[in-house]
Amino acid sequence: MPSNKSVSDAPITQFVNCRILKDHKLQREDLWVREGKILDPEKLFFDEQGYADECVDCEGSIIAPGFIDVQINGGYGIDFSQASEDVSSGVSFVAQKILEHGVTSFCPTLVTSPPAVYHKVLPQVKVHNGGKHGAGVLGFHLEGPFISTEKKGAHPEKFLRTFQNDGLQDVMEAYGSLDNVAMVTLAPELARSRSVVRELSQMGVTVSLGHSVANLSQAEEAVQHGASFITHLFNAMLPFHHRDPGIVGLLTSDQVPAGRTVYYGMIADGIHTNPAALRIAHRAHPSGLVLVTDAITAMGLPPGRHTLGQQVIEIQGLHAYVAGTKTLCGSIATMDMCIRHFKQASGCSVEEALEAASLHPAQLLGISNRKGNLDYGSDADLVLLDDALNVKATYILGEEVWRKGP
Amino acid sequence: MRLVILDDYDLASEWAAKYIRNRIIQFKPSAERYFTLGLPTGSTPFGCYQKLIEYYRNGDISFKYVKTFNMDEYVGLPRAHPESYHSYMWNNFFKHIDIDPANAHILDGNVDDLEAECEAYEKKIAEAGGIELFVGGIGPDGHIAFNEPGSSLVSRTRVKTLAKDTIVANARFFGNDLSKVPTMALTVGVGTVMDAKEVMILITGAHKAFALYKAIEEGVNHMWTVSAFQQHPRTIFVCDEDATLELRVKTVKYFKGLMHVHNKLVDPVFSIKEQ
Repeated sequence: MPSNKSVSDAPITQFVNCRILKDHKLQREDLWVREGKILDPEKLFFDEQGYADECVDCEGSIIAPGFIDVQINGGYGIDFSQASEDVSSGVSFVAQKILEHGVTSFCPTLVTSPPAVYHKVLPQVKVHNGGKHGAGVLGFHLEGPFISTEKKGAHPEKFLRTFQNDGLQDVMEAYGSLDNVAMVTLAPELARSRSVVRELSQMGVTVSLGHSVANLSQAEEAVQHGASFITHLFNAMLPFHHRDPGIVGLLTSDQVPAGRTVYYGMIADGIHTNPAALRIAHRAHPSGLVLVTDAITAMGLPPGRHTLGQQVIEIQGLHAYVAGTKTLCGSIATMDMCIRHFKQASGCSVEEALEAASLHPAQLLGISNRKGNLDYGSDADLVLLDDALNVKATYILGEEVWRKGP
Repeated sequence: MRLVILDDYDLASEWAAKYIRNRIIQFKPSAERYFTLGLPTGSTPFGCYQKLIEYYRNGDISFKYVKTFNMDEYVGLPRAHPESYHSYMWNNFFKHIDIDPANAHILDGNVDDLEAECEAYEKKIAEAGGIELFVGGIGPDGHIAFNEPGSSLVSRTRVKTLAKDTIVANARFFGNDLSKVPTMALTVGVGTVMDAKEVMILITGAHKAFALYKAIEEGVNHMWTVSAFQQHPRTIFVCDEDATLELRVKTVKYFKGLMHVHNKLVDPVFSIKEQ
């Protein structure tokens, strides 16, 4: 068709023969994109008398908003927490690979490290849009060092820290700069954490509770001061107890300020959380569930032995063990695997499974006005999926950035 | 008048759609000579639009050289409101077919100068060469478009205040809140529709039966504005059995007896694939 008479000369793409996730339902509708954003076709028709320049036949695929992974430590042999001279090329490498899993935006995650590492690594990776080069970076997720000694998990104990006199000063000293930081995980039971939670939240940094032995009231207080996420629910925190549910109790707490939601990360690889526990959390608070991979360096590597830094790891299926043992050393499931497993284990709808990886993380980070959904005006970050939720193609800002081979 | 009576709503919708399809295809529209079609909204024509979309999807018809003029639109209702007639036409017809957006005309109820908008609409129709086929419906009070009882039978496109009956009937689309229903609308006049070369009125359902009776078995009367079409040289009323419930048995038998003649208009049904 010839060019439209319109307010913009930019080409318009119409995705046809698809089902799109809109208003929490899969609907048989076309999807229109112009200049990297989702376009309102009715406005286009009546206001601009415009029409599409290009049609993409989706062959019956599902179109979901691009997935957002807010906790990923590396992959394909790359470890984000490794202080190297060229962190950004490692991040870029992983960013490109995860396009295959439908991830269009992510938060590279750093585990507890000494200040020298943060000071070196953080300035090297800025928040930036995705594209053919890879998924977009929304900012770092700093998991630690202000966490509990008892729940450090695999984090190195000698680099754990507490808040001294002026909490925020300790934070700035440890990290150097918060310019490109999207989220910080901390343990709220640490003394003087209150002001840190408040100030970080006010700065626009998402505060997450994790690696902690906090009881429910300590957790609730942190939420009242601005905390809005729980890092990998159930893992590295006190287990649910019926007289003190601990951090897990936030899912049904009545102390959460009105209009706010507490979100919680779930590693739905079938290994880190028993499916029954996953179901309990989902049923208690479905709208807060955020799927995360918490993927480690070994994600994406083929089965067998690999030497990663100081460790030798053995990959068997979806399990990553310390070689020669049955000790798990992190998750290697990809985001699309997590979505499929979550759907199958929880019995939830396709829409819910997809929203847990797109809408909810976007809401958590406060970016749902442009990401995590297919509303008019949102960024056209898309995943095309078949009915079994396998990724067929990935688009960022309306541009195809990955397509499954024949 | 032709009174075409089908057994049910679906068959009536299909007959009407086939008729429109044949008329467009036999007209052989082109860039130099567009087919101008007047269009209604509401639940009655919904089935007809569905069939036309089906014919387009099968490749049997194209709307590339068709210009459309809708009958009416509410005043003061935002265009993006789900109950506006723009929304209706977009969702139920335009978005599914290949019509050029520049050729789909609907009155704009949100301009400052409503009278100027109405005059401009009449001009656009004239510039397009007049309407070849105007498709319409009928209200329970016998109105065509928003030409409520008492409207002049020679009226042109203008602003109308809606009758209480109409507002109440529409409340179901506005959450049954009468205060949310628009009270004014822009509408083509009875005279505007009478100017069309041919008029096709779709009437289905028992609740329209009395209006149909008044429209075709009684006199021409501005209280039942559809009756004006008794004086149009080419009018077709397409209805289902239920809509004929208030007619005399003799009328119904007469026109049913003519169905073999009427059906020649839709059988054979043409396709652009043959061209």
